[in-house]
Amino acid sequence: MSQMSYQEETIVESFTGGRLPPDDVVVAALRAGDEAMFATLLDTWSRGMLWLARTHVSTNDSAEEIVQDTWLAVVRGIGGFEGRSSVKTWVYRILVNTAKKRGMRENRTVPWSSVFEQERPTVDRSRFQGVDDPLPGHWKELPAAWPTPEGEVLAAEVRGRIAAALAELPPRQRAVITLRDVEGCTSEEVCEILEISAANQRVLLHRARASVRGQLEDYFETARRSA
Amino acid sequence: MKRFTCDEVVELVTVYMEGELDEPTGYRFEEHLGGCEGCERYLGQFRATVATLGDLRPDGLAGDTREGLLSAFRDWRRP
Repeated sequence: MSQMSYQEETIVESFTGGRLPPDDVVVAALRAGDEAMFATLLDTWSRGMLWLARTHVSTNDSAEEIVQDTWLAVVRGIGGFEGRSSVKTWVYRILVNTAKKRGMRENRTVPWSSVFEQERPTVDRSRFQGVDDPLPGHWKELPAAWPTPEGEVLAAEVRGRIAAALAELPPRQRAVITLRDVEGCTSEEVCEILEISAANQRVLLHRARASVRGQLEDYFETARRSA
Repeated sequence: MKRFTCDEVVELVTVYMEGELDEPTGYRFEEHLGGCEGCERYLGQFRATVATLGDLRPDGLAGDTREGLLSAFRDWRRP
């Protein structure tokens, strides 16, 4: 049987995970006191950890402390690591638990699993034709083309805009899109780290991506008008 | 079979990119894309957004935090 034609390659290859050796090698090295391996993990995962921590607390300093406490817990705990999850998931789980405790101390609790994700559309209904139009549900006007080859990475100046768009997302969406698209985690890893269902992960990811795309659309529209 | 409308397609983009649409639905999705410039463009912009997110390099740990952790590792692991 032939491959399903619509099947996609993995969209975002983990830009960080690819460099690391297999888990058993990582664990053995850490237990043996291999500082270079510890430094590699620090440099590979801390960025994503900072972003994720920031969804639980209100300042960058607090986020930095959470990441620091997480790594200290990793150092203390690596001897007892049992390999029931990947090292990455284990480290991120420690981070989430540390961040939750810290967030509660700051009285900035995020209602993590209790929020109902509304089934509202991710693209404004006004963009589509109504029931009395010739083609209900179809674009009124096509989305404007972006000044870059489609599917390509966008220019550097756009990245600042993307970072700002991420910061404005609701915490759960921000956590999912950061882990999936910035850090390159798999959907399974995200579900384990955040303790959410696959369906919930997908909804949060889609909403988040649609928001960021919408922000970029606004950005390009503004740029076009002022040009 | 009922054809997809654009407002339905835009909600399926992530599931499609994950390769999680069942075969008949995936076929209908692609059939729509093949005849709809707007949705094809939307999908391309979605992919560009995701690709750019993967290209972000957020700030890492502050230098002294990193040094402190390396030093803690040395102390802890030293026999």
